Amino acid sequence: MTVIIMKIYLPNSAFLGNIDPFLRSFDPTDPSVLEVTSNPRWISIHPVVICMVAALGITVEPENIHIEKLEARSKHYLERMGLFSVLGMDSNIKIVEHEPAGRFIPLTIVKNSKEQSHVIADMIPLLHLKPQKAEPIKYVISELVRNVLEHSQSPRGAILCAQFYEKSNTIRIGIVDTGIGIKRSISASHGVTTDMEAIRLALTPGITGTTNRIGGTEENAGAGLFFIKSIACASRDFFMLYSGDAMFKLLKRGPSAKRIILNTNPFDDRHSTDPHLPYWQGTVVGIDISLDQGQEFTSLLEILRTVYSRAVSEQKKMKFKKPKFI
Amino acid sequence: MIEIKLLPLVGSFAENKDEARRLRLVELVPAMEKNEEVALDFEGVDSATQSFIHALISDVIRRFGSDVLDRLYFKNCNKTVQGIINIVVTYVQEAG
Repeated sequence: MTVIIMKIYLPNSAFLGNIDPFLRSFDPTDPSVLEVTSNPRWISIHPVVICMVAALGITVEPENIHIEKLEARSKHYLERMGLFSVLGMDSNIKIVEHEPAGRFIPLTIVKNSKEQSHVIADMIPLLHLKPQKAEPIKYVISELVRNVLEHSQSPRGAILCAQFYEKSNTIRIGIVDTGIGIKRSISASHGVTTDMEAIRLALTPGITGTTNRIGGTEENAGAGLFFIKSIACASRDFFMLYSGDAMFKLLKRGPSAKRIILNTNPFDDRHSTDPHLPYWQGTVVGIDISLDQGQEFTSLLEILRTVYSRAVSEQKKMKFKKPKFI
Repeated sequence: MIEIKLLPLVGSFAENKDEARRLRLVELVPAMEKNEEVALDFEGVDSATQSFIHALISDVIRRFGSDVLDRLYFKNCNKTVQGIINIVVTYVQEAG
């Protein structure tokens, strides 16, 4: 008898810049059994990868999760990030904490608005950031979690974690859900046929799945993901959005790119896409925010105001009826 | 003038849209219907999300028109909060 299982392989390295082979290797064939294998020597992975493993794992009974024996230090990292705990597994690893809180946010599951407020208040001090540097991080996590709670329809909520990387002075964040995905959410109000088209619309200012009215409803503006992509753009860093079989990635820009250009069409950004990935039921977001960039959050807001309102105005004009000259 | 202090309701990071919605429906809309003036006092609020500010004021501006901004005041806002409010007020009027 052939046993079909859901497989995920943790490679030697999987960060947003080189995550594509990892995504292509993921096999979601049967969601009842999860097998996690890894590079035998060393694994170094972005928080979004840990979130993906956790998101898959919490849909499976703990006895149906098989994690291959990991190299010691890598296993300690996964333990420290709370992976085994979230999966309901005992890793038999004792962690010696060098300080009360390292500069990371362990795996956290948020299922409602009240939990979100507590999590945001509690987690930011873990990163030991100056208030000015914490602003975009708080903003990004809060808006992404809110998106999951409002649009994903997932009973499992938002799964997130983050890590500060000292060498690059960067915060890397992953937020994942196993909900209805962007295409189904956007389709409620906009005609879309592919996951990639749904992603493009979700990143376009003024478009939301809650209405076909440009500018949104009293509750949703259709601004959230555009703002987050813009924060990554201002930070000159990576942003990845993966849902269904499609993935959009905003690429990192070098320090020579001095001007910040916020494009309302994500495909005008320096980006890569893959429309043929293994199907992810839900949405995966990964973002890197460099703490070196001098761009003040308030200056970015001023640019956003101009770009966003112009985009809404243009989108609205596109819907104007044209005179019929006969 | 009715003054609403936001800090005790939303904390120093205003992100809770449920609270924004409640404030809009229970405080702002009834006050605007009575032609009252309202000041939203952001003292102690360090930052806010666009979705919070949107849920708080966008429908008020749409329902009562942009003239409502002559009697809706934003008090003690720092630059970040001002920036977010400016974005929402601008695009709501742009979208009409």
